[in-house]
Amino acid sequence: MDENTKDTRRKFLNNGWKLGLASIVGGAALTHLKEGFAFETKGPTGEKMELMDVDGNIIEVDPMDMEEVDLEQVTHNVRRGIPGRKFTMVVDLAKCQNALACQRSCNKHHFVTGDNAWLKVYKMQETEDTAPYWMPTMCMHCDQPACVTVCPVDATFKREDGLVLIDNDRCVGCRFCMAACPYSTRVFNWSEPNQEFEMNMDMVEEMHSPEHAGMPSIKGTVDKCDFCPHQAEKGELPHCVTACPNGVFYFGDKYEDTVTNGNETVRLSKLLEENAGYRLFEDLGTEPSVYYLPPKDRLPFEEGLENFNEFQSVEKPETP
Amino acid sequence: MSKYSQLIKDVGPQKFNRGGMLWMGFLILLIVAGVIAYIDQLIEGQVVTNMRDYVLWGVYISNFVFFVATSFVGAIAVAVLRLTKSEWRRPFVRLAEIVALACIVMAGITIIIDMARPDRMLNLFVHARLQSPITWDVIIIPTFMVVSILLLYFPLLPDLAILRDHYNGTNTRLSKIYGFFALKWQWTQKQLKLQKKSVQLLALMIIPLGLILESIDAYLFSTTYRVGWDSSNFAPYFISGAMVAGLGALVSVVYIVRKNKQLEAYITEYHFDKMGKLFNLACIIYLYFNINEYLIPLFTAKKGESEHLENLLRGDFAILFWTVTIIGLVLPAILLIFKRFRKPKPMFYIAVVVVICSWWKRYLIVTPTLLHPYLPIQGVPESWSHYFPSLHEWVITSATLAMALMIITLLVRYVPVMSIDQLAKDQEASVKSDNKAAA
Repeated sequence: MDENTKDTRRKFLNNGWKLGLASIVGGAALTHLKEGFAFETKGPTGEKMELMDVDGNIIEVDPMDMEEVDLEQVTHNVRRGIPGRKFTMVVDLAKCQNALACQRSCNKHHFVTGDNAWLKVYKMQETEDTAPYWMPTMCMHCDQPACVTVCPVDATFKREDGLVLIDNDRCVGCRFCMAACPYSTRVFNWSEPNQEFEMNMDMVEEMHSPEHAGMPSIKGTVDKCDFCPHQAEKGELPHCVTACPNGVFYFGDKYEDTVTNGNETVRLSKLLEENAGYRLFEDLGTEPSVYYLPPKDRLPFEEGLENFNEFQSVEKPETP
Repeated sequence: MSKYSQLIKDVGPQKFNRGGMLWMGFLILLIVAGVIAYIDQLIEGQVVTNMRDYVLWGVYISNFVFFVATSFVGAIAVAVLRLTKSEWRRPFVRLAEIVALACIVMAGITIIIDMARPDRMLNLFVHARLQSPITWDVIIIPTFMVVSILLLYFPLLPDLAILRDHYNGTNTRLSKIYGFFALKWQWTQKQLKLQKKSVQLLALMIIPLGLILESIDAYLFSTTYRVGWDSSNFAPYFISGAMVAGLGALVSVVYIVRKNKQLEAYITEYHFDKMGKLFNLACIIYLYFNINEYLIPLFTAKKGESEHLENLLRGDFAILFWTVTIIGLVLPAILLIFKRFRKPKPMFYIAVVVVICSWWKRYLIVTPTLLHPYLPIQGVPESWSHYFPSLHEWVITSATLAMALMIITLLVRYVPVMSIDQLAKDQEASVKSDNKAAA
């Protein structure tokens, strides 16, 4: 323990710039290290470092009050989520033209081989007199997820960062979650998925995690949109967001009150307020993490019709 | 010894005759076909069924619900009638327990057939989560099964001892087997007291267990947001439906056994008449719940719900819905009011129709709802917006029904269909009272 602490301290002094605030450190191991410091601390060093706090103010902090955060080593618990995050999405229906780039990209990156895409673009028209519009849907990552409630084995679970994910190694294939989901977002691997991977299968197995759904899909288990935490970890946006030519999807963090569609980054609360954002089936009480902006002043609906295929959402390779 | 021999000959074990052998052969054929189809399903995946992402539960689940419903007969015909001291129940009790046991065993097997990963079944225990209605099912089904087995077994002990003594000398092997199961039964005071107490306790237990079992079965559906399932009426609706299905199955089985074993002297028209009245009551109660479930919601149905009801009452499922409702429920409820339809033969035909309609009724509870999700069905092959079971599903489902019938057939073959012990006591009592009257 003592030697460990010394090592850490030496490393700490050498990499002075690679620091973070103690308050954002998660994990018991690092807390212990901090206690270790306290015992042999030599008092304030007298140096000050300038940092920006969450409100944007510049503050001065003694380096002794800070701890090193080695990003490589801090891995979060897959079932608890990425600490301090709350992922959210906004779908601007006014910009959707059924280009389906989102769907193709999602299918490609999640190796979707079934007949039912995880991201669907619905052709909606409530009544004859109301205007038609295109509505992309994905998993709503509800805060009161009906699917999680009914799962008998905790295979689908809710995380602190808002995500609802599936452990495909635990799922027993009862499909109760699919019956429970009012958004019809879940798909089932009715047969062997027959996915094709460019990398070798050992790599795929290595990357296999609830945080990258479809990597690989498993026969007899449920799949669905995972909100791409594997992208978030790399600091990148979900595949549908980057693929959309019209900037329909805004992805971000509710705690930071910020969402971005890749081109513009906006305040979530302001975006929702100015555009009268709403959520799907609010009256069910599922508390979705996905918001919609109404299709006002939208791109011409008709242009999407040529892409519309009522009976297909996953393109199949030409030859079997 | 001799006082039992006539009774054993009448209600005791009887070797299969040619018809019985043919019947068994037929059932085995169905079961073998089902096992082959199931193995294929294990290899290929549930893709061999016609279930898909929208109709994600199909005939397996409706068949499961049917078995669970039918097993409820153990709770009504045995326990309720016992606790209300209805003497006319006697000829029905054992057969009712046999039907209940066969059905609850098959319910357990059927639900596993629906699971796409039966290899991970242990997860249901290792990772069990108590708020999932499936976990409730995992708890209640084995519990109900065990209590049903004991409720069949404990009253059977004296009969097994009688058979043990009966075959002693003539057939040592059979005598040994019956002796093994008779648990050294000797009609001692201690044994009698213990048996009476246990049976009383089990009969008390099976009533709440049966009610819980049927309710949980309903909760599988009513805990979802789905149109047509999200109904607070569902649990009592299922309980009343279970009474109908269970009594229907019981009447059918009793009639066939009575005919095959020529038990007209034991199961008389009086008994059928009494049972018919209970059956009639069950039908009327179920009819009442059907009105609550399908007719009254028409007034306030929201868009999705009214589409669903429309589909049932006038759309794709209308023919099936009205057949099941009128032939399988309204007509029996009316006919059974009249005494002549409570005679064995007409009641048998009514009961068979009721059982078949009860099976299809479960199908109507499961499938149409799944075809009415909140969001429109789009982006999937056209065939996904319909459902009719595939060949695999039919073969496997037939096999589960055949297995239930086989369990019933085998138990009827090896176990006295009525309590010999009790019948002998009744006879002694009547002889005594006759003697008294003569003197």
